[in-house]
Amino acid sequence: MIEGLQKVFESRVRLGLMSILMVNDQMDFNSLKETLKVTDGNLASHLLALEKKDMIEVHKEFVGRKPKTSYSATKLGKQLFKNHLTALEKLINSN
Amino acid sequence: MEKEKAQKDSIDQLNQIKAMMEESSKFISLSGLSGVMAGITALAGAAYGYFVIKSNLDDSLYDGFYFSLNSITVSVFWQLLIAAAITLIVAVSFGFLFTLQKAKKKGQSMWGKTSQRLLINLMIPLIAGGVFSLALVYHGLFGLIAPVTLIFYGLSLLNASKYTLRDIRNLGILEIVLGLVASFYIGYGILFWAIGFGILHIIYGGLMYFKYDRA
Repeated sequence: MIEGLQKVFESRVRLGLMSILMVNDQMDFNSLKETLKVTDGNLASHLLALEKKDMIEVHKEFVGRKPKTSYSATKLGKQLFKNHLTALEKLINSN
Repeated sequence: MEKEKAQKDSIDQLNQIKAMMEESSKFISLSGLSGVMAGITALAGAAYGYFVIKSNLDDSLYDGFYFSLNSITVSVFWQLLIAAAITLIVAVSFGFLFTLQKAKKKGQSMWGKTSQRLLINLMIPLIAGGVFSLALVYHGLFGLIAPVTLIFYGLSLLNASKYTLRDIRNLGILEIVLGLVASFYIGYGILFWAIGFGILHIIYGGLMYFKYDRA
């Protein structure tokens, strides 16, 4: 096991989630769902997993009367993602 | 063996990361065909404008730096304005239609965060250029309208290119250069318009079509 490789990113959805939140300051639930093409339940469980690890933050607000939930990457989440990228790079370049 | 598999998995992961980053931050459903159709429409519009001017003004009036509003009759001015408006509406409609088609195929939302960002960043320099062009009309400086519209259109594309396919950036730079050249050749506005809005759109639309859409 190479150092820095994050087990949490073994899931395609969680890897995709963090990729999106690296380049977008904030993104709401429906946009995430649309981009990742997953079901509500599936997305919610992966979001919860990342939230529990303090890698993402939840923002709740009201747009008119509708509640809107957005997500953003935390400092820790960004750092872990970068570590993961570095580890992948090492893995590819090693021979 | 195991190492090779791990390396292959890593490359797959990186590709996936790249795809997600692009798809979530850029509107990649812009259709090449819409560029081609916009170009053809612009050429038709330019040809019509040329015909209107040729048949209503003698050449000496068309080639000066300074136009007083009197040298173009009000009816000719309106004919040109209406032709320009129709050209714009037809070109934008085709663009919208082809892009909608491509967005559907790609499963990207036509009215999502990425397309909104693209439009807003496109519209800011574009509206500035439009208002500035109106000021030129107001002051009777018709000769500068073609260069100004090309330059501002180029700046709009350059600004919007961060939020869509990268090719748009180069198209924007070409439009700016063309506009700057045009500013030294006052009187050839329709020719530069035909190149900038017609030919460049057809070339870039075609390139993008073959690069992204055909697969």
